Amino acid sequence: MDDATKQAFNEGNLRANAAYAAARRNVTIDPITRLEGHGKIDIYLDGRGEVERAYFQVPELRGFEVFSRGRPAEDMPQITSRICGVCPTAHHMASTKALDDLYQVAPTSAGRKIRELVYHTFMLEDHALHVFVLGGPDFIVGPEAPPAERNIVGVIGKVGLEAGKKVIATRRRLRELIAYFGGKVVHPVLGQPGGVSKALKQEDLPKFQELARDGVEFAEWTLGVFKQIVLGNPDYVKLITSDPFTHRTCYMGLVDEQNRVSFYDGKLRVVDCEGQEVCKFTARQYKDFVAEHVEPWSYMKFTFLKQRGWRGFVEGKDTSIYSVAPLARLNASEGMATPKAQAAYEEFFKVLGGKPVHHTLANHWARVVEMLQAAERMQQLLNDPEITSPEVRRIPTAVPTEGFGVVEAPRGTLFHHYQTDPNGVITMANLIVATGNNAARIAMSVEKAAKGLIHAGEVREGLLNKIEMAFRAYDPCLGCATHSLPGHLPLKVSIYDPHRRLLQELVQE
Amino acid sequence: MENETPPPSANGSWTPRIIAFFCNWCTYTAADLAGVSRVKYAANTRTVRLMCSGRIDPQFILEAFAKGADGVLIGGCHPNDCHYAEGNYKMLRRFRLLRRMLKDMGIAEDRLRLEWISAAEGERVKSVINDMVQKITALGPLNLPERCEAWDREVTRLEQAAAQTTPPLPSTPPIPTSEVAHA
Amino acid sequence: MPKPKVAFYWCASCGGCEETVVDLAEDILGVVEKVDIVLWPVAMDFKYKDVEALPDQGIFATLLNGAIRSTEQEKMAHLLRRKSRYLIAYGSCACTGGIPALANQFEREQILQFNYEEAPSVVNEAKTRPQLAFEENGRQPHLPELHQVVRALDQVVSVDYYIPGCPPTPKITKAAVAALLDGRLPPKGAVLAPDIALCEECPRRDSKPTDVAFTEFKRSHQKLLDPQLCFLAQGVVCMGPATRQGCGAQCISGNMPCTGCFGGTDRVKDQGAKMLSSLCANLAAKDEKEIDAVLAGIPDPVGTFYRYGMARSLLRRKVNLSSNGSPMAAEVTGTKRTV
Repeated sequence: MDDATKQAFNEGNLRANAAYAAARRNVTIDPITRLEGHGKIDIYLDGRGEVERAYFQVPELRGFEVFSRGRPAEDMPQITSRICGVCPTAHHMASTKALDDLYQVAPTSAGRKIRELVYHTFMLEDHALHVFVLGGPDFIVGPEAPPAERNIVGVIGKVGLEAGKKVIATRRRLRELIAYFGGKVVHPVLGQPGGVSKALKQEDLPKFQELARDGVEFAEWTLGVFKQIVLGNPDYVKLITSDPFTHRTCYMGLVDEQNRVSFYDGKLRVVDCEGQEVCKFTARQYKDFVAEHVEPWSYMKFTFLKQRGWRGFVEGKDTSIYSVAPLARLNASEGMATPKAQAAYEEFFKVLGGKPVHHTLANHWARVVEMLQAAERMQQLLNDPEITSPEVRRIPTAVPTEGFGVVEAPRGTLFHHYQTDPNGVITMANLIVATGNNAARIAMSVEKAAKGLIHAGEVREGLLNKIEMAFRAYDPCLGCATHSLPGHLPLKVSIYDPHRRLLQELVQE
Repeated sequence: MENETPPPSANGSWTPRIIAFFCNWCTYTAADLAGVSRVKYAANTRTVRLMCSGRIDPQFILEAFAKGADGVLIGGCHPNDCHYAEGNYKMLRRFRLLRRMLKDMGIAEDRLRLEWISAAEGERVKSVINDMVQKITALGPLNLPERCEAWDREVTRLEQAAAQTTPPLPSTPPIPTSEVAHA
Repeated sequence: MPKPKVAFYWCASCGGCEETVVDLAEDILGVVEKVDIVLWPVAMDFKYKDVEALPDQGIFATLLNGAIRSTEQEKMAHLLRRKSRYLIAYGSCACTGGIPALANQFEREQILQFNYEEAPSVVNEAKTRPQLAFEENGRQPHLPELHQVVRALDQVVSVDYYIPGCPPTPKITKAAVAALLDGRLPPKGAVLAPDIALCEECPRRDSKPTDVAFTEFKRSHQKLLDPQLCFLAQGVVCMGPATRQGCGAQCISGNMPCTGCFGGTDRVKDQGAKMLSSLCANLAAKDEKEIDAVLAGIPDPVGTFYRYGMARSLLRRKVNLSSNGSPMAAEVTGTKRTV
């Protein structure tokens, strides 16, 4: 990006901020805008000006589970992908696996490899998006940096223009691979029970192998950047390990037979806050182990470990709250499935003092470790001669009744559960999305950050930013920015005094 | 019961409004025959004449319902007798799927009816229409325009409610235009 | 000459349209140079009052994606309409309701009940429901209210142009924005994509049969799909003939049939009805029983023909659903009042 553009953008941003600051002198109750993208937080103070309670509210409900009824099951991968345009491939894949189960048909060997290839490519590009554009800039540029610089523009400033272009270009090439197999990258079409819709032509293989090589290099480079800029900075390390961002909950993730992190398939493993395995189960068993709790102040439900029963928003050895996503996956596993990722995993835990790690902000680092596995696995698959086989599908013959599918989305575990009539038309669909799996812990993070930072009724500078950082570390899909330009998470925080009068309202800048 | 013509509706009370799409060569001619023969039947239909039942675009049917029809009747030549060879079969095929789709959209199957009525069958025009009017009277009005209106009240109504509960904005200092104006 | 102001906004959306704007990749920087982005909630801080403070029609063009399904979204649609010279419905949800509009086949209460009580993973003996205004020890967090009906943007405010697709492609987005900036605008209400069916640009066009005569419909999981043959020739339902082109036939290149996300062409009132008409007319069977047997290969005509266009179809919604009489009171004390 040239200087003039950068300047123009920053100027515009500053002017918008200044105008807001001027309007802010008289704070009023804004009508709530932007449901999907706003995280809404209401903070209530007690008589001493300390935080009594903070509610993290999600006003999100479109009813996919209900309007899926009456739809042919084979349409579900494309319908459910519209739950999220950032991670459509995750829903698409979970849905496709549910169809495999529904029709009691396994994908062909080549079909499964193509699915894994697409999926790992997606994990790599999506993680890269978050690291460089969304959450990452907080660290690469710095949490104290002015908002106008806490975005990809600022990242480019830190890592250099060439490197910045590499990020954008690599991500584009990865998305082109997904579009090759899936027709489109946003809302791909490849998933079928028993395989995928399209094979890889021999003549197209070399360019993807090159991409995979570049992908591994890119992941390694990203780890290097992270270590240099983030871990090399003692203030960041202090921030990462500080108390307001630490929670002792359980952790859940998909693992293979050797309990190594797996994105595409395996069993779900849950460990408690001391790293002890609590349970291990298959997708089919999900509702014996995972349940959802309803609070009257949020549309989003809060998941918890069913066998322990809902014990409230508490942490510790007996908590029933678990979390998902990169940090949780590393905690819940006993290693990574590829060599470079494994080395990074070992370093991760060594530096942070053993397993499990409870620092929410360590998610960013865990995410980079996962990038390595995604890239290495891509390379393994593309070097497998079967990847160009034309046998990418088999036709199911069983009469369908019920199917369960689970994958690890970039943001955490994703469950799809369908029931159909004998004609394969959906009669019931139940979905637990990744962010739902994290909802309870996010709520706790928000409250803890608020309690740690608001005292005597005074809202300290940088409160919003700190809350935002806790929030953003989960890479929540409900509000995440999805752009190559500045990645703010719009956030509105309302602060009420003990008489329930609105004291202050802060909107994220 | 089919041959009994229902009495005209009392002033103001609802009676079904049925749009009838009749093909020129067969059913429309039969309706003419009924008229010429002074056959009395329920006065609830408004007839649209087309050259062939195969000309009927499903959009016509949906639009008829959307605009307030309680029922849609289609009349065509008997199978094998279509003056354009295949037109009535096209209608039959569309009809089978359309009826199922209408049911999925909450419209009772009896509201859409397909009948083969040849040019000589004036009496059948009477019995079909009488029967349909009876069935739809039992079903009640569909009246989609009114339903849409009721649905759309939430759009302004909720707006009013939200406006009422939101406290009025206190006066804010005017934003100096030089700060807000972008380039 | 001041740069024109442009805004991007989203309502009930999945974020895929926003991703498309991002996928313009390096091109987005060229856009940034030519315009002033005054509102882009996912990228820049959104301040309601800033938009209110702009003069009416002060924004040159607003690209709004997502369906309208709540009061807040409706409000923002009205606000942005007032403040924008051109309001553009971006993406299938804003143009015709999109996939979220399939919820128009169900009662809102059904959705809420399943979500909070009946889902197999929900544990909720107390039947707690999210409440518009919940009170606990004097604290009163609010939640916004969802409409009964999902709507396309032009069912709430008047729309100047439409950019269709789920999501729209970077190509037609760029073309539309360029046309806007150059002042090469078609008459109001135009869809900014070619006005001809997908078949015309489909790579499988040459194998499209002139006489189809379906003897059966195979669902996509029931047969291996030939990667070169027209889907209709394979007996698989493809919405291409009833769908506007402009997407470059991407789904076809993924070896799956078109599902209709670009909506109908200008001469079509109801895309789903047209597709039904065409498919049915082309059956071979003449006997009612045989016809039904063939049509059984389309188990879900609503979802197949109206997947993206339910809100703007002629019927709009399942007709026997309620309109829910009185509005929900927002302020409640003491007893809980559920959504």
